[in-house]
Amino acid sequence: MIFIISSCGELSMGESVQAGQKGETSLLEARDLHFAYGVGLPKVVRGVSLGVRRGTLAALIGANGSGKSSLIRLLGGLLTPARGEVIFDGAPLRSIEPRVRARRIAYVPQTTATVFPLTALEVVLTGRSPYTARFRFEDEHDRAIARDALISVDALHLAHRSVTELSGGERQLVALARALAQEPECLLLDEPSSALDLKHRAGLIRHLRRLRDERQITALIVTHDLQLLDPAFDQIFALRCGTMAAAGSPGEVLHDDILAEVYDDAHVRARQAFGRTFVWSE
Amino acid sequence: MQGCLTIRAVLICEITVSFNQKSKIKNQKSTGAGRRLPAALMILTVALIISACVALWVGYAPISLASLRTDETTRVLFFQLRLPRVLMAGVVGASLAAVGAALQALFRNPLAEPLTLGVSGGGALGASIAIAFGAGARVAGVPLVFLASFAGAGAAMLIVYRLARTSAGGVVLPGALLLAGVVLNFIAASGVVIIQYFADYSRALQILRWTIGSLDVVGFDLLWRMLIFLIPGWIVLLLMARDLHLLAIDEETAASLGVNVRRSERLVYAASSLIVGVTVAVGGTIGFVGLIVPHAVRLLFGEDVRVVLPCSFLLGASFLMLADALARTILGVGELPVGAITALAGGPVFLWLLRRQQRYSAM
Repeated sequence: MIFIISSCGELSMGESVQAGQKGETSLLEARDLHFAYGVGLPKVVRGVSLGVRRGTLAALIGANGSGKSSLIRLLGGLLTPARGEVIFDGAPLRSIEPRVRARRIAYVPQTTATVFPLTALEVVLTGRSPYTARFRFEDEHDRAIARDALISVDALHLAHRSVTELSGGERQLVALARALAQEPECLLLDEPSSALDLKHRAGLIRHLRRLRDERQITALIVTHDLQLLDPAFDQIFALRCGTMAAAGSPGEVLHDDILAEVYDDAHVRARQAFGRTFVWSE
Repeated sequence: MQGCLTIRAVLICEITVSFNQKSKIKNQKSTGAGRRLPAALMILTVALIISACVALWVGYAPISLASLRTDETTRVLFFQLRLPRVLMAGVVGASLAAVGAALQALFRNPLAEPLTLGVSGGGALGASIAIAFGAGARVAGVPLVFLASFAGAGAAMLIVYRLARTSAGGVVLPGALLLAGVVLNFIAASGVVIIQYFADYSRALQILRWTIGSLDVVGFDLLWRMLIFLIPGWIVLLLMARDLHLLAIDEETAASLGVNVRRSERLVYAASSLIVGVTVAVGGTIGFVGLIVPHAVRLLFGEDVRVVLPCSFLLGASFLMLADALARTILGVGELPVGAITALAGGPVFLWLLRRQQRYSAM
């Protein structure tokens, strides 16, 4: 077993893992990404490379502060890497016009704190704005798509409620519906299930699988919910201190020793039961 | 007994009818903003015409149509004093209300407006410096006061924004934003007082007259000169309505939907500073128009910024025309500064919004 380094220093983490297959099958690809939030601030992403295959469900895991959110923002084009490049469908992401990108990649942030009492439907309709000209409003077609998006996350009953009155979990569902209304090829979700109850968590994963199987939609989600990963997910990327610590299928990554290193916790256990993997820390 | 029953039945009927109407209104509200906007604009245009007529009619001496046709003095009074003044009120009111709606969306803060963010204060300081050093001076045909006020407003907005924004997450802290605005207003106000103290007597009087804020104007010359600056500002704000609608929801969400956040922010800053600078240079600080009007529009026509922005523009014009008419007539002789009237109406609205907002988020 490897000696566990207890903090993120500038120490070498050993060779960084080259994750995922490259080439034609990758829809979203990161090539040696580096990022810091400002000049002189510590790098939060340090040389990450990964490839998310088209039509797969991938998870990004790692301890708090390991760079997951920064990485997913880089992959969504919300942050620009200091070094390295993001490739989407064979083209550099930064060469894609933002509104065109928004029709292909949808991103859901961890939290959205809207202060204006817009209705949930109005928020979901903003997902149609990449398709709408500057001085146009959404038409009946857009409204039908928005309504379908709300139905698919089991939140149609919230349509006319004000988002400022909704609970954290309900807001997450609305944000997710907004992303679905964008009709993207690729979904990037930052901890979409953190405030969801048991039923909606399972529902979310079921829906992502259905999107993958029926419409070939690729999704990458940041999550701490390791119970959800096996058997639904195809790929897992594990970050540690801004570098890729492990990558592979759930069967390859969800092991005591790998998770112990990723979470810097020797008490992590992963066990198979009922055809899935259970993970906990003792 | 029989009568009693019928009355009860009628009452119940009425209650059900009014309930049905209410739910109908609710449904109308929930239909597309696209359908709401034309209706809203029509209603507000009618309101604007009525307000303009009222504002033109009332005053130190009410003007009747008959005397307008026959009497030369009345005609001069009407065309040289009253009409320009009413138009000025409309232009300033529309400008301030539109800027308020834009800033609220940009900062995701319902309490933002030129006065509360210190932008008016900055503009006032800039303008009084210009007046102290020779108001008549022009740079390439543009009154120096406009430029100085624009610079002051722009600097204030930049300072407030930089202070309120956290470096890492890029979150604009609502409490810090307003506190910074208040303190900037204090600094600017003391700056104005110091300049007044050192300026010579006639200049000081000029500054005093102007800080009180008035829409007094003779002829149309000043109006045309203002519009050269204001119209581009208005166009930019209306062009940004869609981006502002997305920014009002969440900055990251807006960015992921294809909004170029930095560019939109810069354009809205520049346009807002320009508009506030010019209106402050002409009318002094007229507060809370940018707060009251957009919130009234929201209550009437919903939260969609693409509706709120153009509607605030129209309602703002009506609002300041009427407020100015009130300022001109309420005392009988002489007039109140219109800024006092808007502040008197706006202060309580601010406090009500503050109370409402605290339910949603900790300041």
